[in-house]
Amino acid sequence: MTMNTQQSAMSPHRETIAELPPHETQVQEFWRILKKDRLAIFGMIVLGVLLMLAIAAKVTTEWVVIFDPSTVRLPDKFLPPMSDASTDLIPSEDRPVFGIYLFGTDELGRDVFARMLQGSFVSLSIGFIAVGISVAIGILLGGLSGYYGNVKLGFMTVDTLIMRFTDVMLCFPTFFLILTVVALLPPSIYNIMIVIGVTSWMGTARFVRAEFLSLREQDFVVAAKALGLPERRIIFRHMVPNAMAPVLVSATIGVASAILTESALSFLGFGVQPPFATWGNILSDGKGFIFDAPWLFFIPGFAILIVVLAFNLFGEGLREALNPKLRRR
Amino acid sequence: MAKTGTYAGILIMWTYIARNILQRIVTLIIVSIVAHSFVHLAPGEPSEVDPSNPRMKPADIELIRAAFHLDDPLYLQYGYWMRDLFTGELKSFKDNQPVLPKIWQRFLNSLPLLICATLIIWSLSFPTGIYAAIRRGSVYDRTTTFTAYALISIPGFFLSYIMILWVVNTFNVPVIGMKTFGMEDADLAFRSMDRLWHLVLPSALSAVGGIAVLSRYVRSQMLEVIGQDYVRTARAKGLSEDNVIYRHALQNALLPFVTMFGFLLPALIGGSVIFEQIFAWPGLGRLGYEAILARDFPVILTINLIAAVLTLAGTLVSDLLYAVVDPRIRLQ
Repeated sequence: MTMNTQQSAMSPHRETIAELPPHETQVQEFWRILKKDRLAIFGMIVLGVLLMLAIAAKVTTEWVVIFDPSTVRLPDKFLPPMSDASTDLIPSEDRPVFGIYLFGTDELGRDVFARMLQGSFVSLSIGFIAVGISVAIGILLGGLSGYYGNVKLGFMTVDTLIMRFTDVMLCFPTFFLILTVVALLPPSIYNIMIVIGVTSWMGTARFVRAEFLSLREQDFVVAAKALGLPERRIIFRHMVPNAMAPVLVSATIGVASAILTESALSFLGFGVQPPFATWGNILSDGKGFIFDAPWLFFIPGFAILIVVLAFNLFGEGLREALNPKLRRR
Repeated sequence: MAKTGTYAGILIMWTYIARNILQRIVTLIIVSIVAHSFVHLAPGEPSEVDPSNPRMKPADIELIRAAFHLDDPLYLQYGYWMRDLFTGELKSFKDNQPVLPKIWQRFLNSLPLLICATLIIWSLSFPTGIYAAIRRGSVYDRTTTFTAYALISIPGFFLSYIMILWVVNTFNVPVIGMKTFGMEDADLAFRSMDRLWHLVLPSALSAVGGIAVLSRYVRSQMLEVIGQDYVRTARAKGLSEDNVIYRHALQNALLPFVTMFGFLLPALIGGSVIFEQIFAWPGLGRLGYEAILARDFPVILTINLIAAVLTLAGTLVSDLLYAVVDPRIRLQ
């Protein structure tokens, strides 16, 4: 990089002190610190519940249809939450479970609770797949750049090539880029996942590169090389696990921002198209009925708020628990 | 920068600047080529925006394609774009207006929004973050931490709609658009108040995310500095707590934020699409959105290029500012 601070050299002295009490394993230590952070624990519990809910939702809305998100019941339009289905007008096979609309119905008489359930799985999978793509690209490019950085390719090194490419990607205003791509490509849920993933790997690549640059010089990697281990093994078994901490943190927060990005795209009309329900498009459809049927707007809005908040809090908790510098305070 | 003032120091600085500008120009050219080929290779063309229009005959589409050079090979189209951009003759596909004045006018509309939002962000997040760091673990610290996370977790338009309803119902003022229509004859005081009211909500809402992020950053930066040895030394000398915090710790904690001046302008384009759309604010982000809808390639590409120029200029400025304020940094 173009700048150096004189502080960058780590004092070896401090490391030896830190390694003195080896009473607990890394996982135990991590867990001890995380447990103290009540907000992070709250986030973790919410996420655990949400994950189970999303899987249950996939099962009950698509495979064994208990909650039917797509049945249109025109006599039951705009019913507020907890209202009964009108028994005389709706055929019995179209009625919701227990004859109650838990979260009310929307402008077509669809059950909002069933739609929110379906949306929970779709929204989460958008978040996870988008982040999976961005983390994969980030680790690949960051790792290449950090490990094989000195290899010459014609007139420039691998490191220069990859980092210049990262700079080029950073020059695009992210949301505007996502919007352009999503608008130009045919609308599909997979395009949205891919686009969000492909436009957000730059931070991860930089973290991984920095970690690899410092790991490459450390004794255990030098020892592994001296033992004659294949490079594949050195990289994937020894270096990648040690470089994962910042990646894990940014991935957790990345899922949160992918869910927000999807809802922003929905607001502009480029989000996930029907028949898929996501929390983003339920919210943006609901904004037209904010006076007549406020539950269509507030239920998905607060659902997104709580889930994104949980991801952010858990991510911050991870950052604190995984960061050895903060740990010693 | 070694010793500024000496001939060698100045020379080092200028070669550093020159080399960086050169590097950034190369990056910029690559950005423009990537953006251009992507926009042109993606499906969807300006001639296809209105396919159901019965007056659109194949012959007309041929005419449009010829007028926009859409049938030429890509590198020629790139050449045309660059030539027109630099001679100032670049025309929008949508309405045949010159692109640069169009963008400039929208930029001027976005500017007050940006300035207000930035002022709100900076004046709120610094006191909040510093106070939270000094009282680490207190009720105040925990409340602001939680609030900050809540604020970055709300979808922007969800919060905006709630705020619009609240402001309109409580204060009874219009908030959509840049000004109330039909007020052109009112006296100056009234019109300025009207403009001001229209500015408040959009700038406050676009500041929300920034306040949350920046105050967290200020807090962690401040905590980092408070833990340093020289702060302990200052305390050990028997200095008053105010003196330690505001003279010794704060000055050092503020160093990295100087670099943030460089990133103000690029924020203009990326972050403003949603809020300008909600508040019907005729700014740059909204121009970009309209251009995307109309497949108005020259406008999309030029906005993108301007964003890239601003980002690159911003990083250069922040590098230089950092070198100026922090003598430990050396330009290589």
